[in-house]
Amino acid sequence: MAEFLMPTLGADMTDGTLVQWKKKEGDRIAKGESIAEVDTEKAVIDVESHTTGIIERLITRPGDKIPVGTVMAIIREEGRPTARVASSRSVTAPPAPPPPAQRTESGAAAPSQAGRLRMSPAARKLAAERGIDASTLQGTGPEGAITLEDIERATTTPADIAKPVGAADRQARMRQTIAAAMARSKRDIPHYYLSTTIDMDRAITWLKDTNERRPVTERLLYSVLLIKAVALALRRVPELNALWKDGEAGRSERIHIGTAISLRQGGLVAPALHDADRLSLSELMQNFQDLVKRARAGSLRSSELSDPTITVTSLGEQGVETVFGVIYPPQVALVGFGKVVERPWVADGLVVPRPVLMASLSADHRVTDGHRGGLFLAEIDRLLQEPQSL
Amino acid sequence: MSTPPSEGETRSQVLRLLGEIAPEADTTSLRPDVSFRDQLDLDSMDFLNFVVALHKEFHIEIPEADYPKYMTLNGCLIQLSAARS
Repeated sequence: MAEFLMPTLGADMTDGTLVQWKKKEGDRIAKGESIAEVDTEKAVIDVESHTTGIIERLITRPGDKIPVGTVMAIIREEGRPTARVASSRSVTAPPAPPPPAQRTESGAAAPSQAGRLRMSPAARKLAAERGIDASTLQGTGPEGAITLEDIERATTTPADIAKPVGAADRQARMRQTIAAAMARSKRDIPHYYLSTTIDMDRAITWLKDTNERRPVTERLLYSVLLIKAVALALRRVPELNALWKDGEAGRSERIHIGTAISLRQGGLVAPALHDADRLSLSELMQNFQDLVKRARAGSLRSSELSDPTITVTSLGEQGVETVFGVIYPPQVALVGFGKVVERPWVADGLVVPRPVLMASLSADHRVTDGHRGGLFLAEIDRLLQEPQSL
Repeated sequence: MSTPPSEGETRSQVLRLLGEIAPEADTTSLRPDVSFRDQLDLDSMDFLNFVVALHKEFHIEIPEADYPKYMTLNGCLIQLSAARS
């Protein structure tokens, strides 16, 4: 038996609201297939199953607000390598009774046990100041405790989070989610920053020649070259491709590049381009186009939001030359690219005009130091000088 | 031979394609000689998608070197009318 849990779909997600099940009890589900739609602060996300099997039980109900890690469904697994393992498991380890999901039906019920509300003194003070009845709120702290953030959220958005939300409301919440993640990053992660200027002459010339031979539907954008260069450079400096968990960095075997995509209504998401080091430039371009389209349409998949192992942000489109980003926890590094600009450049003892690009690295000093970070940027530079081998 | 579409028709076709790429943009108040990028906040991915859409809609080849010619509404209309004649 496998438990299907509410996944973490972002650094600061504490819970999600089940919008609908995509499957019924007794249905077959394949690994990677969508099992449910979950509303987070950012968007409605298609959540994928991690296992193949038959849906034994659907525990949570649409409208439920469900903390991360709560059992939402039980799946009877199929295709285990040996039947013995599967059966002995189900005999010796029956699934623990799932914790009940929190429910926000009327907003009137107090989230914790009868009596005094679980609430920090700071939250209590703020609630009093803003005239908010805390008993109508859904606490997101430990054991449903109402936190300062819950009160802040309640002053700008309705308390009943299970209600469908409008675009403006979602935007306000997205801002808060970004604020929480970035504040946590700056509080917990000792950032260091490095930058280097890269001569893009070869890369751009190669790209121009390549695109000239390709029909318009198969052309590449130069940002795909940058993403691939980052992915390959991470093989050389793998400690930057890691996630911080329980006081230490765990390296990731696979390279999933989170790509910062700005949304037109405001805000941004950074979903993953999976296995970017193993894809050809054409495949990467296709996936990138698809990802941007779906990010803007609000139809991202759960795995894309939950598993980037590093983030790349390009602000060149906005005309800036340099960007020093804030690391997206639990990642330990972020790469920033500015705009390609023509600058005087010394090559073979002569000053010549060259298209150049500023690449930066923001990295977690608990995990790496400037020496390794510098090596990583130098490797990106080296790779971009051989665009044909990307 | 069918009658070639009028400039008005071509214009509304182009605006429809733009609207599909930037659904929240108001294309009715678009200034015909100012670049789409500046008015509609298109990035290079959007612009590439727009060029692909023009290619599919009007069955024309657009080499990358010609992209700048398609950056305004007037530019598009000139190119499309030249491609037809």
